[in-house]
Amino acid sequence: MTATAAAAAPVAAARGARVEAHGFGWHHPGRAEPALHGVDLVLEPGERVLLLGPSGAGKSTLLHALAGVLHDDDGQSRLGELLLDGVSPEQARGRAGLVQQDPESQVVLSRIGDDTAFGLENLAVPREQIWPRVREALDQVGLNLPLDHSTSALSGGQKQRLALAGAVAMDPGLLLLDEPTANLDPTGVEQVRDAVLSCLERSGATLVVVEHRTAVWADAVDRVVVLGRGGGITHDGPPAEVFGAAADELRAAGVWVPGWVPPTRPAPRAPDAPAVPLLTAGDLSVSRRQPTRRQLRARRRALRTGRPATDAAAGRDLPPAVADVDAVLRRGRVLALTGPNGAGKSTVALTLAGLLAPVRGTVTAHPGLERGAGPDPLAWSGRELVARIGTVFQEPEHQFLRPTVRDELEHGPRLAGAGPEERRRRADELLDRLRLAHVAEANPFTLSGGEQRRLSVATVLATAPDVLVLDEPTFGQDALTWAELVDLLVGLVEAGTSVLAVTHDAEFVRALGADVLDLGEHPPRVLRPAGTTGEGSR
Amino acid sequence: MSADVLLPAARRSLLGRADAVVKLAGALLLTAVLVVSADPVTSGVVLLGELLLLGLAGQRPLALLLRAWPVVVAALVSGWGTALLAEDSGPVLLDLGVTEISAGSVAAGAAIALRGLALALPGLLVLLTTDPTDLADGLAQTVRLPARFVLASLAALRLVGVMVAEWNTLAMARRARGAGSGHGPAAALREFGGQAFTLLVQSLRRATRLSVTMEARGFGAGPRTWARVPRRSWRDAVVLGACALLAAAGPVVSVLAGQHRFIWA
Repeated sequence: MTATAAAAAPVAAARGARVEAHGFGWHHPGRAEPALHGVDLVLEPGERVLLLGPSGAGKSTLLHALAGVLHDDDGQSRLGELLLDGVSPEQARGRAGLVQQDPESQVVLSRIGDDTAFGLENLAVPREQIWPRVREALDQVGLNLPLDHSTSALSGGQKQRLALAGAVAMDPGLLLLDEPTANLDPTGVEQVRDAVLSCLERSGATLVVVEHRTAVWADAVDRVVVLGRGGGITHDGPPAEVFGAAADELRAAGVWVPGWVPPTRPAPRAPDAPAVPLLTAGDLSVSRRQPTRRQLRARRRALRTGRPATDAAAGRDLPPAVADVDAVLRRGRVLALTGPNGAGKSTVALTLAGLLAPVRGTVTAHPGLERGAGPDPLAWSGRELVARIGTVFQEPEHQFLRPTVRDELEHGPRLAGAGPEERRRRADELLDRLRLAHVAEANPFTLSGGEQRRLSVATVLATAPDVLVLDEPTFGQDALTWAELVDLLVGLVEAGTSVLAVTHDAEFVRALGADVLDLGEHPPRVLRPAGTTGEGSR
Repeated sequence: MSADVLLPAARRSLLGRADAVVKLAGALLLTAVLVVSADPVTSGVVLLGELLLLGLAGQRPLALLLRAWPVVVAALVSGWGTALLAEDSGPVLLDLGVTEISAGSVAAGAAIALRGLALALPGLLVLLTTDPTDLADGLAQTVRLPARFVLASLAALRLVGVMVAEWNTLAMARRARGAGSGHGPAAALREFGGQAFTLLVQSLRRATRLSVTMEARGFGAGPRTWARVPRRSWRDAVVLGACALLAAAGPVVSVLAGQHRFIWA
């Protein structure tokens, strides 16, 4: 079916599309190796396919080619043939709908109704048909909000469902999902998956989904296709068969095979006696909005003199994200902050890390941690902070400061006053331990996702801080990087580091034997892992 | 971000509900008159009229000027600069030794300050009472600017809001690595440059992904339809009429008072 016919007869177009690839591949200009090659594949209309493979096997390239957004301008890039309902995907506008990983780059317009209508306008659907189809699409993905609701006010899971609504409103015969749930919490993951399945139920569209965490889709697809690192397809069949036959290959590629958790070092044993406290949060309320300088000064003054400052001056009129948190970070222990999206987990962690000001209550560093810098981490200089509390942000690129990996690793020790010999020694050790030696002279921005994650942890470890704060360290990570991260953290905790991790990842919490502080409950309280001796939370 | 930019009060007001292109045309008309007239009477009358219209349109002119304080400060500074530098005429009011301020130069300075304010106000008003999406719809459908250009700008504008949030996260993420512990303006400049570079890299990546999103939704080729139609009503006639009246009143009063002067005169 051609693009014009698809636009003119949207109802007839709502059948599943057929995909045919013959020796298909793609060679980006200027690259030594093709990103993808030797793909022979036929997808029948209505089939639901999970596409797997090691990173760099060209999964995203294949999805982009199917979506018709790859262009062969010089005629040199396309290898073989790829057909969507018998025509090139570029010619079949609106026949394929694409949902990508990053929620923020899938929102086009500022109101949800307009955003969903965007694709329909581009397909030149008559205006009187647009709004009914927009309402139907939003209804199908379960986004029951007013059409003029702001798209910036949506959560990550809602944004992904909006992106899905924008795609399904176009009535695509082929739905392409590129790691649509990698950045979502468990609730968001379920919402998005259920929305996808209900849309497929209605439209009968063909589905191709790429996802590392295969358990989400294993029961929902009827076929699994594995791309090989060297090109071509290595496995193709029903999920049970492929997950059995290709289990070793998939595990080696870092794919989360359903029901399998990569083996890691045993979790550190909880000490019998309460461990030394390093950092305490007392009656802590935090806010994403930050107090002004004036409010901060008033707050410090009030803390010093013991006289209460007025509410406005202390910043107490700010809307708190979380209230009444009590927590203690102890030497050699892991505390996991959990709770639903928007519960303020990251805000609590960043406040404890001395990066945000508390609205109420206190964050106090104990003598074992402050070592002469004073009890208030917010008042520490950058130099004092890096030697005491290391914070690893969700997005590694946010924390890169230097032009090369080696320089990045030497930066912290330099601030802390280490000499050139000492800096080099520590950088070498970390490069070696985190398998980054081969990229020592590369720019951090050019590394792969897994390498960037390892580097962002390594840069913080370079100054050997007593407290390590991690914000969603396992989001979007493949099983290999995940296991490396767990091993590394277990080693650090055994050596006495205190770790605070914001996480949704139950396997991660278990692997570290962490105490859990659930911010979804009020008041939030600490739960101990099963089988460890209890210790007071204060 | 764009939908959140407008305060609810601004959106409900007469100006907020008027058509975006009509508002833009009215603002252009007013600024055109001010650009060609250099005398304080024209500027004064237009400014007075603008403030009056604002009051009628449900805005609070003083609150608006407070929100737009940089514009006010800029107008005052340029007025002061003119007063210092303008050719002296009339009685000397203040002798500063190196330069003196006369009645004539004060008048010239006041004229510049008035003109600056009167010029800035209409644009500011359009900005504060117009949803960017509505403006884009108007520009593409009424003025018939290329849809590709208008919609791409609109999508980019939304990313600006994302960038602002990201800038704050970046500042925290870098402090966590000890950035910004240097002292002095050179260190501060270096830190700012580093943070800006990271923001730029992130924004380019995001923009690339956004363009894939837009293209996957069929953007960029062939004719398109529009889900929203700019609706015009009596309000638009009122707004345009008021602007035209004011644009005429300024020069007319000035000519009658014998004060009018073209910029090239």
